[in-house]
Amino acid sequence: MSAMPVTEAVKEQSMLKQKEMIAANYELLATAREAGRKVVSTFVPGNLNELMMCFDVVNNLPEINAIQNGMRKKTGGYIMEAEKRGHSEDVCTYVKADIGAIAKGNLGPDGRPLPDPDLLLLSYTGCFTFMKWFELLRQQYKCETAMLHVPYEGDGKASKNMRDYVVKQLKEEVIPKLERVSGVKFDIDRLRQYLRESAKAEENFVWVLESAKKRPSPIDAYFGGVYYIGPIFTAFRGTADATEYYRLLRQEIEQRVADGLGPITPDGEMHQERYRLVVEGPPNWTSFRDFWKMFYDEGAVVVASTYTKVGGVYDLGFRHDPEHPLESLAEYCLGCYTNRNLPSRIDLIEKYVKEYEADGLLINSIKSCNSFSAGQLLVLREIERRTGKPAAFIETDLVDPRYFSPANVKNRLESYLQMIEQKRQGATPSAAAE
Amino acid sequence: MTATADIVARCQTLFDDLHFTYAREWKAAVPGRKVVGYMPFYVPRELIHAAGALPLGVLGGGDQLEVIHGDAYYQSYICRIPRSTVELGVTGRLDFVDGMLFPSICDVIRNLSGMWKIMFPKVKSRYFDVPQNFRNDVGGEFYINELNELRDMLAELGGRAVGDDAIRASIALYNENRRLVRDVYALRSKQPWKTPSAEVYLLMRAGMILAVEEHNRLLSEYLAAAPQEDRPRRDNSRVVVTGVFCEQPPLNLIKSIELSGCYIVDDDFMLVNRWERSDVPVEGDPIRNLALAYLHDSGDTSAKYEPDQKKKGLYLVDAVKRSGAEGVIFAAPSFCDPALLERPMLQSVLAAHGVPYIAFKYAENSGQMQPIREQAGTFADSIKLWSEQ
Repeated sequence: MSAMPVTEAVKEQSMLKQKEMIAANYELLATAREAGRKVVSTFVPGNLNELMMCFDVVNNLPEINAIQNGMRKKTGGYIMEAEKRGHSEDVCTYVKADIGAIAKGNLGPDGRPLPDPDLLLLSYTGCFTFMKWFELLRQQYKCETAMLHVPYEGDGKASKNMRDYVVKQLKEEVIPKLERVSGVKFDIDRLRQYLRESAKAEENFVWVLESAKKRPSPIDAYFGGVYYIGPIFTAFRGTADATEYYRLLRQEIEQRVADGLGPITPDGEMHQERYRLVVEGPPNWTSFRDFWKMFYDEGAVVVASTYTKVGGVYDLGFRHDPEHPLESLAEYCLGCYTNRNLPSRIDLIEKYVKEYEADGLLINSIKSCNSFSAGQLLVLREIERRTGKPAAFIETDLVDPRYFSPANVKNRLESYLQMIEQKRQGATPSAAAE
Repeated sequence: MTATADIVARCQTLFDDLHFTYAREWKAAVPGRKVVGYMPFYVPRELIHAAGALPLGVLGGGDQLEVIHGDAYYQSYICRIPRSTVELGVTGRLDFVDGMLFPSICDVIRNLSGMWKIMFPKVKSRYFDVPQNFRNDVGGEFYINELNELRDMLAELGGRAVGDDAIRASIALYNENRRLVRDVYALRSKQPWKTPSAEVYLLMRAGMILAVEEHNRLLSEYLAAAPQEDRPRRDNSRVVVTGVFCEQPPLNLIKSIELSGCYIVDDDFMLVNRWERSDVPVEGDPIRNLALAYLHDSGDTSAKYEPDQKKKGLYLVDAVKRSGAEGVIFAAPSFCDPALLERPMLQSVLAAHGVPYIAFKYAENSGQMQPIREQAGTFADSIKLWSEQ
């Protein structure tokens, strides 16, 4: 049996820019010790990149490392290594991929060892596992840890008490520890400058996301979206590079809109938009390209996704505000997608289905991510009830290849698209089957 | 029947009753009474009591509830307690409950708080957050405000203000309750053959249902009766069971551990019963007292952040020392993030202190006890062999 030829993915200018940015950050990490720079590990949701930049530290994101390793198909081995060391098969595979990678030398995507962190900045936002993850890392590294407890928006909104609590922790816990570890004094005007830069990037980022309201959508807001969120969710928000990236990206998308083009996929232009979907849940990373191909082969475009909101729900209007720097960081942390209660998440998905004129909702339920997954079957029912659009459910995992079953995913996706087709024709599934 | 048997029979009846007849009758006895449900691991029951309501621990459906509807709300890889709790809700077994509190124990219970709002819109539901920062001026201030918000919610629910004096009186009652609970645990640790763990478990479970005044009486009666029992002392190993703080194991699992040759001398089954380690001060601002007790005088569990790496996991070593245990059994519900993520850290601390341990998983409806009995039995034997070397 001959193997399918692997085609070279099409790269646009913005993609090349982002690639350079990521490579530069891994370079900073690899050379941090020689350069005398301190390293701070932190999480994507509720990340405080602008604040960290005020202390000249290098930002290391274990979630992103796990994703990078997942896409390079290394996490299967790492996870098994962690399980051999006593970690349960039931828990988050990002954690186990990280622990396993550390056991195997903790190499970055460029093949060079990642440095041990000087500080673990635990932004405890929207995910219980984060707390345990960094306790596990702390046990490993024996380094200082700053805990930023971001209360959950249980009633669907951030209260004054929550905001004040987060701001106080920033002042009393996070900033003093960053000062101590880095030896750099905090300068709030420097923070204001970075936040100003963030807001510029956020404006263009939201424009890009909302371009998917057009027909055809010029972007895929899930599979393409995970690239678009890269700079703003990670080590670059607040940098001139991020601003430039989003300027370039917007320019490219504007051109695609003017030319009436659909999204770019790894196999090139997507020519026909047959289905417009909203997707809830993170993607699978170990078979990311195969997963995406199942969609674009069928002409299915994701016009809005919730995963692209884990590092901030900017399309609801939030922008980092240089006039209220710490309060703005608090607001940002509180408002990340998985820190919103389930009714708010459902409201957001309903809005997406309606405003992006989607054919329905597809939930990619992740085995090891309870923060997203617990309650998704109710999300499905509610969305169907409120919008009258069909919803469907597939199950995969983040970075554990054992839980990605291509045949099952493909079958479910195809059945779902058939269901949409029948719905369009006004036929019930049973009538269509007769 | 002996007094102990009477007490245990009463607790067993309460435990078996998945229609919560006691709580229904308590509510019906006086017009206007309210019942507020809560899930593990901790809520300030004093406030609920001070509002004139009955705090009702909702700990899932156990192994006697057939879950039909609940499974339709959860994927196979999510633990059992939320699906059986949903089952209790949709089958009307909790239709008398006026409020529900969902503590910040994990993402599953957290998300269940939102599901409850959608599925049972007439019930006042609240996600109840606790601080992970333990400074009085940071986490303390936050928690005082959270407690005051809860006080307002309960006042609205009950239609009357929840005054400081009422809270002080409730704190006094719960102080008494915690003292008695600690006494029962101390008695079991001292004479485990007189206080079988299944009995102690049922006695503590009764505290999830009964009004605190009634539970206090029951605890006192048990403390008086249990030492009088003439029960054979077995050559069992003494173990601490940990990881069982949310979804509860079937009663048979607890019995199986003891039948296999282990006396359970400490556990974390229902942490809310003894969360505060000593009396919460009754004088002064009661809300502030509750907040400070949480910050500085409460138990440890996976859902609570430990700021000091050097202290991480020592609570379990302390439990081993305090209870004279010879080993630890990690029993975790399948797919339980808090218990399973914490476990490797605790195990490494135990290893550093030379404390032997074993681990297994269960679900609240686990039926097959033979493997657990064999595992626990082998553990008990190995402890005996080591201790005789």
